[in-house]
Amino acid sequence: MEAGARAERDLGGGLPAWALGAIPLALIAIAIGSFALLGGPGLGDRTGPPVEEVAVERTVLHPGEIELTLRNDGPDPVTVAQVAVNDAYAPFVATGGKEIGRLDSTTLKVSFPWIEGEAYEIFVLTATGGTIPVSIPVAAETPEADLGFYGLMALLGIYVGVIPVSLGMLWLPFLGRLGRRWIGAVIAFTVGLLAFLAVDAGLEGLEIAAEAPAAFGGAGLVFMGGLAAYLLLAGVDAYLSRRSQRAEGAGAAVGGAYLALLVAIGIGLHNLGEGLAIGSAYATGALALGAFLVVGFAIHNTTEGLAIVAPLRGGAAGGSERPGLSRLVGLGLIAGAPAILGAWIGASAFNPSLAALLFGVGVGAIVRVIVQIAPSMRDEDGRLLYPVTVAGMLAGIAVMYLTGLLVTV
Amino acid sequence: MSDNGISRRRLLGGAAAVAAPAAIGLGGLLGARGPGVESALADSTSANGHAGHGEFPHATFAAGTAVDHRANGFDPTEILRDFDYGKTRRLASGRLLREWEIVAHDKEIEVAPGVKYEAWTYNGRVPGPTLRAREGELLRIRFVNASEHPHTMHFHGVHRAGMDGMPGIGEMNGGGQVEPGESFTYEFDASPFGLHLYHCHVAPLAAHIARGLYGAFIIDPKQGRPEADEMVMVMNGFDTNFDLANEVYAVNTVGFHFINEPIQVKRGELVRVYLVNVLEYDPLNSFHIHGNFFQFYPTGTSLTPSEYTDTVIQGQGQRGILELEFPFDGDYMFHAHVSEFAELGWTGFFRVGDPSKLTAAAAAAAYCKLPWGGNGGRA
Repeated sequence: MEAGARAERDLGGGLPAWALGAIPLALIAIAIGSFALLGGPGLGDRTGPPVEEVAVERTVLHPGEIELTLRNDGPDPVTVAQVAVNDAYAPFVATGGKEIGRLDSTTLKVSFPWIEGEAYEIFVLTATGGTIPVSIPVAAETPEADLGFYGLMALLGIYVGVIPVSLGMLWLPFLGRLGRRWIGAVIAFTVGLLAFLAVDAGLEGLEIAAEAPAAFGGAGLVFMGGLAAYLLLAGVDAYLSRRSQRAEGAGAAVGGAYLALLVAIGIGLHNLGEGLAIGSAYATGALALGAFLVVGFAIHNTTEGLAIVAPLRGGAAGGSERPGLSRLVGLGLIAGAPAILGAWIGASAFNPSLAALLFGVGVGAIVRVIVQIAPSMRDEDGRLLYPVTVAGMLAGIAVMYLTGLLVTV
Repeated sequence: MSDNGISRRRLLGGAAAVAAPAAIGLGGLLGARGPGVESALADSTSANGHAGHGEFPHATFAAGTAVDHRANGFDPTEILRDFDYGKTRRLASGRLLREWEIVAHDKEIEVAPGVKYEAWTYNGRVPGPTLRAREGELLRIRFVNASEHPHTMHFHGVHRAGMDGMPGIGEMNGGGQVEPGESFTYEFDASPFGLHLYHCHVAPLAAHIARGLYGAFIIDPKQGRPEADEMVMVMNGFDTNFDLANEVYAVNTVGFHFINEPIQVKRGELVRVYLVNVLEYDPLNSFHIHGNFFQFYPTGTSLTPSEYTDTVIQGQGQRGILELEFPFDGDYMFHAHVSEFAELGWTGFFRVGDPSKLTAAAAAAAYCKLPWGGNGGRA
């Protein structure tokens, strides 16, 4: 052991630590640089013709014009040559130039007298004769992103996010009357509900990721977003609990208000994704803003309000805290308002890679929240799973599934 | 809100349908600056950066793009009237011998502006040279395969099995599959008179034809045909992404070529079109002329027309001769009456007379004489 340590020290030859760290970096830089300068000696050229991979990030329809945003997802530059809409070549202008470098993008403004309600199959013909297919299942004019539009999206976010969550929180007094042993069931109900949201958001994220350029990570973005959100929340959690322990003295349990905040953050991140999906579906005309949809979302999201207030009763401290009105409003906004932001982003600057990442973030946040509030379900014997909590979780999943049937976007 | 949006869009759609023919009509009449219709359209699209709703008179390629015919080594307009009569010499028997040398090359060509295609060619062009002989002559075609793939020349006509350019049948005298670097000389009589074609017959057949190995083959009747402005149109297409469906359709290879360069003909002069369909991957092709009718001679094997029409349909390998005269000056569209093909490149114009002599003032005067003209017909 001692001999080994000495050998390592000898290898360093008395150089300072920063130099020992920098030398490998410098050597790596020199090796990579000379390899690139010599054009990769010994590797030869590629076999076969260049691979063209282009993702269609955004399709916007204005009267007489179809706008396509293309991103080069492959290893080689791609040159756009012509565009045909429903098997008819159409004039177009490429605002970002016709040649798209790796990971670069361009926007094609194609002149075509499209008709509302019809389906369109577009192919973009590249210089090598390859085709990039684009599908427009139902043509509808993309809303102009003006003030009125942002107002509409904000209203939508309030309808599906803020109001239902706030209404759900009105169950707090009811929870106050519940006996101690029913609180475990309510927390379990919340856990089931959150588990459903996590799975739902994860699947939606993966679905969107399938359309996103693979070079930016594709489905990996969902997992990375989830992991990052989980770790960040865990880090914040550790920091905050250290502080509260210092303030309240060692051994203080996690407060119910704190758990409620965590749940609100998790649900808020989930609603960000939900708003994104609604906004982009609305912008592409795939979504009709009917009363049915808004009512569906309201019922669906009301249960989220219940999930936020449950820890206020069931915090491990056991006492029933009496949170002020302003705190409740704050929690409701944290959980519901991100739907507004999501709708704005989704409707005006939808990007599948970003959306996949945000859905992943939502998943990670929810998983972290589940881990946080699950201990509140424990009974006197310290058991997590017993008939009451199992039934509660199943009920939470079932309610989310059933209300989810109302809001298929 | 949505109700208003819909009706406004519907209204615009209706306006476009009315405006489109008007744009074509004026382009034809007022095309005083030479290029005519296309330049008029190009101007209207470039004026505001991009074409609006009412500026889609017909399908076309992106403005400002063109095929480099020099790099291709051939020009669809030149192919129209380029007849290859080969070299002739009189045999001891007194019979005329006509000889050609055809070389197969692999060559990248541009089939639509900016779109390159790895073609296989006869004599470096697609379609291959239009071989033209007279009924009864002895024909000798030396075929050299300078391509990286085996090929043949399979002629439509009456000949012996060994001269059929068919792998597995011509092998007995070397006339089967011609391997890269090898050659073979086909020899047969020019029979029967009419419009025929030749193409490669190596398997996989669809690929060898679709890549560009085909051409027109004309055998004139002994007594000849009446004097006319003659031209060859080979209807073809290109499957640029190899998905067994064509992305570009054309006459003589380049999509929309005759939109950009209308075929110049004279008013009142007999025009004879040798029309051949070699289109791969689609069962039918067709030819339709605007503002006119033509006499149709299927396969050109009779001197009596079979039909007076403005539209013919041809399967792959079918061909026929069209004879027509244009009674009026102006631009007359011709296209496949399969709208998909037409809008993917198989569309062109005949230009009758000299539009540069049609001044804007003359066109305006002509317009005013119409019953619905500018001054209500009070000239």
